[in-house]
Amino acid sequence: MELVCPAGTPASLRAALDAGADVVYVGFRDETNARNFPGLNFSPEELEESLKKAHDMGRQIYVAINTYPQAGNLEPWYKAVDTAARIGVDAVILADIGLLNYAKRQHPGLRRHLSVQASASNPEAINFYRSAFDVQRVVLPRVLTVREIAELIEEIDVETEVFAFGGMCVMAEGRCSLSSYATGKSPNMNGVCSPASHVEYEQRRGKLVSKLGEFTINSFPNEEAAGYPTLCKGRFVGHTGDPSYLFEEPTSLNVMMMMPELIQAGVKALKIEGRQRGKAYVHQVVSGYRKAIDAAMKGEPVPFMDMGNITEGTRSTAGAYEKNWR
Amino acid sequence: MSSQAMNSRATSSKAKLTLGPVLYNWPAEQRRDFYFQIADEAPVDVVYIGEVTCSKRAPFLTPFIPEICDRLEQAGKEVVISTLSLVMSKRERKEQHELVQDSPWALEANDLSAIGLLKGREHIVGPFVNVYNEDTLDYFYENGAQRIVLPCELSGKAIERLLSSNKGREVEIQAFGRVPLALSARCYHARSHGLSKDGCRYVCEQDPDGMNVETLDGEAFLAVNGTQTMSYTVNNLLGEINDLSKLGATHFRLWPQQVDMIRVIEIYRAQLDGAIAYDAGQETLSELVDFAPFSNGFYHGVEGNRLVE
Repeated sequence: MELVCPAGTPASLRAALDAGADVVYVGFRDETNARNFPGLNFSPEELEESLKKAHDMGRQIYVAINTYPQAGNLEPWYKAVDTAARIGVDAVILADIGLLNYAKRQHPGLRRHLSVQASASNPEAINFYRSAFDVQRVVLPRVLTVREIAELIEEIDVETEVFAFGGMCVMAEGRCSLSSYATGKSPNMNGVCSPASHVEYEQRRGKLVSKLGEFTINSFPNEEAAGYPTLCKGRFVGHTGDPSYLFEEPTSLNVMMMMPELIQAGVKALKIEGRQRGKAYVHQVVSGYRKAIDAAMKGEPVPFMDMGNITEGTRSTAGAYEKNWR
Repeated sequence: MSSQAMNSRATSSKAKLTLGPVLYNWPAEQRRDFYFQIADEAPVDVVYIGEVTCSKRAPFLTPFIPEICDRLEQAGKEVVISTLSLVMSKRERKEQHELVQDSPWALEANDLSAIGLLKGREHIVGPFVNVYNEDTLDYFYENGAQRIVLPCELSGKAIERLLSSNKGREVEIQAFGRVPLALSARCYHARSHGLSKDGCRYVCEQDPDGMNVETLDGEAFLAVNGTQTMSYTVNNLLGEINDLSKLGATHFRLWPQQVDMIRVIEIYRAQLDGAIAYDAGQETLSELVDFAPFSNGFYHGVEGNRLVE
């Protein structure tokens, strides 16, 4: 079982390697990746240095180029793939059909993984990407139960990588325009969801109101910590007239206790979300998962580790991996 | 050139109107009657049918599909069956395989699984498939697509760029109706009723235009349609379709809502034909659509919920 860990900076990358990551995944500092945040990501030079360090330690680096190239402006995405190939990264993680086609044509030797943003949720879709673009691995969308994942693995000849920990999309990834509906910026087009540039906090008589664009996403009594207004994790009013977390509570994915089942299912790699998080987060999650994987692979019980301090809303869920989530 | 030949050329270059599949859980008999009325009265060229949103609803509509399609074809409409947008379970996969194998009608592929199964066969790429740039557009045409429906969040600028590289092939734009914004494995309709997806009691049937979702301030924001999340606002490109048509868009999609769709279709047709002034058309549309305001923000490259005059 491979442990694939996030890094938004060279410092986080070192933290991930030191904590036992088998692979670190990163993005370039532009709109070609789905964590296009200010002050984050790698220049080609930083990537080159980091890759040398990782390879010296016998580890790998993947590069996510997983937004959808903009019509009439394909060059930045082509360039990102070309640069990744020139530097010699271990794989690129792509979502767009056109870009997969480009990468296959221009750099047939560059290993291609299918990003979660492509939302390939069944064997027919995955086999299509395999036969058309020779993808070697698919990152599964967070819509399947562990049982469905096990069944799916039986029907494909591509490695699978699943999300294990971190911020969780409740919508099928890459098939969501909620953010652009509220802010004009979306994960697919701009590499951002509920972007900080459109977030505002407003003090209103004894409470703090969080807004995204024009819309109120949540409200917190002053003594409570205000969460970030991610659109699908806000409180809204549906048919009952009472406010509720209509889509999802502010919660993080954590599948640590399901590790034996995921190994049993034949999953090849576990992925930690959070390229936008600091190196302390990276260190804590990666160390925890390193221990858990090592234990589970030896058939030992997975030790319980409290990660409450770093989960969103300090709560965690196994999400769609359990059927009752639906 | 004879005047007849000129006429037929003028007709064949005119943009077509399409009726998207009903995205909501309308009772099957109501859907049948709706399509019969469309067949008899609506000046629409293409009609898409099928359960796109939730496979649990499909068994109710399926028995009616042959008679609906017959009636539409007799009325001269092009009929297309739309496939499920999020395919996960064995049952969903089996049903999709059967559809691809047996359908006497053309298919609209709404997931890459269907695109894979239809490779080399003529089909339509639906709006739930990500087509953001000319490379992807080209790839799908070469894979067998005769027409490609563009995703909702593309700006007019991006659409224009795609239309300049479609080499005369068919491109369809979503022009009217609440826009499907997101798909999920989870059913928010069931969740809002304290139920799970498996035991949903089909509560989505209670909201034939979707369940309105408001913010804590009481501001209308989104609409929930089972596993799908829709815009609260009603996308309306009446003012933009003639420009898009000149740029090469060949089809405009109107999503069914619980309004007088025949009239909506007539207004769009009249606008394309230059038979009605924009203001008059817009005024009638405003009277017909009373459940939510219009928007066109995606087209204008701003927040999708906005209306740019």
